[in-house]
Amino acid sequence: MSSPESGSYDATEAAPHGKPRATEWPLWEVFIRGQHGLSHRHVGSLHAADAESAIKNARDVYTRRNEGVSIWVVEAAAIAASSPEEKGPLYEPSNDKVYRHPTFFNIPDDVGAM
Amino acid sequence: MYAQMIKSTGKGVKSLDEMEPEERAFQERINAGGKIEPKDWMPDGYRKTLIRQIGQHAHSEIVGQLPEGNWITRAPTLERKAILLAKVQDEAGHGLYLYCAAETLGVSRDQLTRDLLSGKMKYSSIFNYPTLTWADMGAVGWLVDGAAIMNQVPLQRTSYGPYARAMVRICKEESFHQRQGFDIMMKMANGTEAQRKMAQDALNRFWYPSLMMFGPSDKDSVHSAQSMAWKIKMNTNDELRQKFVDQTAPQAAYLGLTIPDEHLEWNEERGHYDFSEPDWDEFFDVLQGNGPCSVDRMEARNKAWDEGRWVREGLLAHAEKKRARKMAAE
Repeated sequence: MSSPESGSYDATEAAPHGKPRATEWPLWEVFIRGQHGLSHRHVGSLHAADAESAIKNARDVYTRRNEGVSIWVVEAAAIAASSPEEKGPLYEPSNDKVYRHPTFFNIPDDVGAM
Repeated sequence: MYAQMIKSTGKGVKSLDEMEPEERAFQERINAGGKIEPKDWMPDGYRKTLIRQIGQHAHSEIVGQLPEGNWITRAPTLERKAILLAKVQDEAGHGLYLYCAAETLGVSRDQLTRDLLSGKMKYSSIFNYPTLTWADMGAVGWLVDGAAIMNQVPLQRTSYGPYARAMVRICKEESFHQRQGFDIMMKMANGTEAQRKMAQDALNRFWYPSLMMFGPSDKDSVHSAQSMAWKIKMNTNDELRQKFVDQTAPQAAYLGLTIPDEHLEWNEERGHYDFSEPDWDEFFDVLQGNGPCSVDRMEARNKAWDEGRWVREGLLAHAEKKRARKMAAE
């Protein structure tokens, strides 16, 4: 996907990730785990020369208010993503498997909590 | 607002029937409240308009650090200094969230920066005004951040996913900014006579520039109509300006300060305050780069970019050297 206002630029989540420009620090995606035991969650991205400084920058940009106790960074170029065109074949098959949801089954009230 | 006078396609809004199937599906998704994500199909105009808007918003956050950074070394107490530092650091963060959102549209960070430094892209008119006294830190937080919040809260529901997510983060932090400003104003307004005068003077100077932040009336603008259809603009400029005045007038009264507008009056019939328009000639002049601090601001950004060059290049070279050593060792 190329930009309308500049040359093609491929270091974004929008594009098949190629080698970033040599003059610009690579793009890193940042994942933070909060204090309450949930998984790491994608919070945004930033530019940094290497992983070490990406973590330091992520600390400054994404955890100024105690948002996290653990940071993962991964170069955006290393992420493989599904494409929107595959949405149908990938996710539609689960639509007709309603029995996977517990609400599919009617359990009489007399049975109690289940 | 932080994004003012954003040009869109310049054409009227197409009806669903006039659209090709791809665009129609895109518009119907937006109409239904769905989000557009980076890899989804989008009209070229949507992409270009968003890059302009998010870019200008990001630039405003970054240039917006300058008028407040001006007072960090002269804050009246250590606590005020620490708070102001934290606030200015937040503004840098807001700029970064927004640049990242713009980058998902296929423009590079360096390109956006170059367009700011060359004057091709703009930033909000408000940051071309000087901050002359400590009370201006109060007025900026209270009025400027207050006006920004008016626009940013609805933008959390904007159609472009990465932009909406950036706005959610920004809004969480913005309310600290407005409150710290109002806190400074309370202290000054209830202080000595000299402090009260300083607070009134800050309000006098920042009132109309704050009203200008929303941009001129856009009720007949084709750009606005298209941006609203795309849900990248959620309210008209006049709606937001009215909301801001309605919210701010009682706050000024609480402070015992006078808004510098003799026509400011509650209109029972409308259920809103009546107020005077700012001087739009001044607004267009400032937007053209003729504001009191326009030259200073651009010089400061260019200097930071030029003098930071060795850091950017040095860290990149260091990272490459480390990578090469690691590969050699393996």
